[in-house]
Amino acid sequence: MAKTLLLELGLEEIPAQFVDIGRDSFEQKVTQWFKDKRVNYSSIKAFSTPRRFGVLVFDVDEVQPDTVEESRGPSASIAKNEDGSWSKAAIGFAKGKGLDADQLETRDTEQGSYVYAVKKVTGQKTIHLLPEVVQLYLDVSFPKSMRWGHSKTRYVRPIHWVCALFGDEVIPATITNIQTGRNTYGHRFLGTEVELEQADDYEETLLREFVLVMPEKRQAAIKQQIALLEEEHGWTIDQPAELLQEVTNLVEYPTALHGDFDENFLQLPDPVLITSMREHQRYFAVHSETGELLPHFVTVRNGDHLHLDNIKRGNEKVLRARLSDAVFFYNEDQKLSVDELLKRLDSIVEQEKVGTLKDKSVRTAALALLLAEALGVSDKDRAFLERATELLKVDQSTLMVDEFPELEGLIGSDYLARRGEHEMVVSAVKDHYSPRFNGDRLPDSKIGAYASIADKLDTITSAIAIGQKPSGSQDPYGLRRQAAAVVTLANHFALNITFEQMVELAVGVAEKAPYTIENPHLQKDIEEFFLLRMKTALEEADVRYDIVESLLVLPLGRVDTVFQKASFLQSIHGTEELKQAAEALGRVNNIAKQDEQLLLDVSPSLFVKAEEHDLYKAYEALRENMGPMLDHNDVDGAWQQLVQLSPVIHRYFDEIMVMSKEEHEKNNRLAQMRLLSVEINRFAKFQSLVLPS
Amino acid sequence: MNVQQVILKLQSFWAEQNCFIMQPYDVEKGAGTMNPMTFLRSIGPEPWNAAYVEPSRRPSDGRYGDNPNRLYQHHQFQVIMKPSPPNIQELYLESLKALGIDPLKHDIRFVEDNWEDATLNAWGLGWEVWLDGMEITQFTYFQQVGGLDADPVAVELTYGLERLCSYIQDKENVFDLEWEAGYTYRDIFYQPEFEHSTYTFEVADHDMLQKLFVTYEQEAAAALAKNLVFPAYDYILKCSHTFNLLDAGGAISVTERTGYIRRVRNLARKCASIHYQERERLGFPLLKEKAKEEA
Repeated sequence: MAKTLLLELGLEEIPAQFVDIGRDSFEQKVTQWFKDKRVNYSSIKAFSTPRRFGVLVFDVDEVQPDTVEESRGPSASIAKNEDGSWSKAAIGFAKGKGLDADQLETRDTEQGSYVYAVKKVTGQKTIHLLPEVVQLYLDVSFPKSMRWGHSKTRYVRPIHWVCALFGDEVIPATITNIQTGRNTYGHRFLGTEVELEQADDYEETLLREFVLVMPEKRQAAIKQQIALLEEEHGWTIDQPAELLQEVTNLVEYPTALHGDFDENFLQLPDPVLITSMREHQRYFAVHSETGELLPHFVTVRNGDHLHLDNIKRGNEKVLRARLSDAVFFYNEDQKLSVDELLKRLDSIVEQEKVGTLKDKSVRTAALALLLAEALGVSDKDRAFLERATELLKVDQSTLMVDEFPELEGLIGSDYLARRGEHEMVVSAVKDHYSPRFNGDRLPDSKIGAYASIADKLDTITSAIAIGQKPSGSQDPYGLRRQAAAVVTLANHFALNITFEQMVELAVGVAEKAPYTIENPHLQKDIEEFFLLRMKTALEEADVRYDIVESLLVLPLGRVDTVFQKASFLQSIHGTEELKQAAEALGRVNNIAKQDEQLLLDVSPSLFVKAEEHDLYKAYEALRENMGPMLDHNDVDGAWQQLVQLSPVIHRYFDEIMVMSKEEHEKNNRLAQMRLLSVEINRFAKFQSLVLPS
Repeated sequence: MNVQQVILKLQSFWAEQNCFIMQPYDVEKGAGTMNPMTFLRSIGPEPWNAAYVEPSRRPSDGRYGDNPNRLYQHHQFQVIMKPSPPNIQELYLESLKALGIDPLKHDIRFVEDNWEDATLNAWGLGWEVWLDGMEITQFTYFQQVGGLDADPVAVELTYGLERLCSYIQDKENVFDLEWEAGYTYRDIFYQPEFEHSTYTFEVADHDMLQKLFVTYEQEAAAALAKNLVFPAYDYILKCSHTFNLLDAGGAISVTERTGYIRRVRNLARKCASIHYQERERLGFPLLKEKAKEEA
């Protein structure tokens, strides 16, 4: 007969962000345990609330299946003495397996005849194995754990009970001095301690005790209650996934209710109101059906629908105090002019070795202007960009950003708009942190994109300049994310400048800046740092791994061209055309790698055969044509150049031995290979492609 | 329930839970945690249960008595229990009931909030307790104090008295709280709030304060050199308050800030470890008391 297994760990309130981590990790460990122990069951269901997490496992067999353990011993010839009796080796082997030698079996195998110990292992009763599963709770690790009382154990929060039932039987075990039992606890205020007769009663019993143990059911209940409020009032209630998740993990028995705030607070920018409600109070913001923010909020109580008036009043009071504070900060900030705000950046240190935020603004503006020049931006746009980059960090000295750091950029743009800055400038300031994460929205305008690139490129350059390149899990300034953002922006906005030029401009700005560059290989280190981001970006765009590998060669050239080349190679991957060309081009690269110290000096006067002259001519044509094509993002054209080159290469190799016995001939040919390889690599390292043969 | 009644109620509740009812400590400080009855007593193996009101000074929160919620000096009701009792959450909720707060008629939550004090080199994990969305208590299991591992762990409950009372009395402005029948918070605290704010932001002599900081720092070190923990600790508290005054007055740049914090922290660490040694040298007297009781 199969039974249901229940494991429930009861704790003091687990941080909302760790609830899912604990539940999922425990479920995974239990699943693995069942697999290792070969105990059969039909399904497993993990559950969690702020005060408990665990699993229900259904139709668990009461016994482990029997198994046969086989092990091969010595060969038949060694197992027997000449007189046919068992040898010492065989007796020893059998003993080691807990058998008599006479119980050994002789079998013919492909390697010859061997003796085998074949042992039938009777499956154990599941109930006897289960105490081990209870211990798996202690293997669950959390991002932050603690000690309490005299405990030596560290855990996410103090443990209070363990309910462990197999069918109607308690699984005997102890965790941190706590004995397992059949008692569980209901809602902290609405429920009581209850004794469970059997594991199957768990979910229902707890529901009676005002606990919805299944997180998906709690979340569904919250959504449904919110939908009812929407319907009743004609509202649209924003439900960001993260907030919904957090609220689900803050309550055991949810009841949604709404409250109101004074319309006067609507003078604050919407993001301030929404952030204040969400971050400080975990409230959902309310919009009208036409998208206007309304002076209401929705909160989810951990309890039933009684006395909601008290709770509404209390929450309104708290929000009123919060928003009054925000209004105070906002009004104080409005007393300062743009120049006064800017002046304060002088005293805010960005990084001790690098300087203040004022210094940062000066560098960013300089870099942005150089970029604009290289990109051929119009004078008018250049003026907007210059103004915007000067003002990027203007909100860092405001009380509002001090209170709501996550609103940086938005606050700046709001304040600048109120102070009459041009809308292009305002929009660039708003967007200069974008994209903040992979898949985030991008700046609305090119000016915003250039400002964002200049800001990030400068941050990366100055950090690497003072030896703060990220390593392992150490990336305190989020440089990897910023580099990924630069790649995304350069690609999306089709920046008409090579990656190497961009880095050169940034390094140039750093060299003129008043701080000391400690890193002697600045340009190279930045390029290599970006190369890894480029790799991730290509992988995230689902580019084949071998194509990714073939494209990660310095110089990278234009960033968008790298992506174009990737999708081009992806589209012709597997064709005969690519195979033919890659073979020839890869061959050149492979030979060129043989002596990378060699001078790139080819003397056509040393050529002896026509094929050599032909290849040299083809090389010159390639050098002249392909580079500019790639710089103009003409991937097809560049590819045609390579396609035309490949028969010339094939003919060359048919006739010429590069590794000539004549030293001067050999060196000249190797130099030829090197030169050609440099050009080919502008497109890709073709030898990295894995092509079907 | 007026403020005075709330204090009396909490005191008698925690006295019944075998806490010593202590009095506020007579050196300026930013929080009840800094009272030696918490900071020093939470170090080492000796059991310790205490509760007291602590007037806590936060110069940068001074608002001339104009702000309905922010104060130069507010009041904390502090409970410290070592080792942390297993039923501490239940005890806490009982204390709210004693104040007439019925959990069934409100929404009470334990929302993760971890605590760290860089100057004391102390940190802990726990929650802020929400009453209908308002944070009324900080609930912390100390993990490290003065750089030493808390073993056993002490639990600290810090009730924000003004917030709690403004909820109980349904007041929007702390100055409207009734301290005792017929007398408001304003009657008692408006003038000191106004004067302390004026002093902090307009009058304080920063040169003098900077010199005082150095003097206090030296005196703390001198006392520590003689293993005089409690006098040294008084000077550390004075360093901390002096730093807070300078900081509120805008006299400390961002770069200098970390330096000041490090200086106070070094003293606090040293003080904590000497305190441990001294208690050890005395044979951890309160452990013996406990053993005697049990025998």
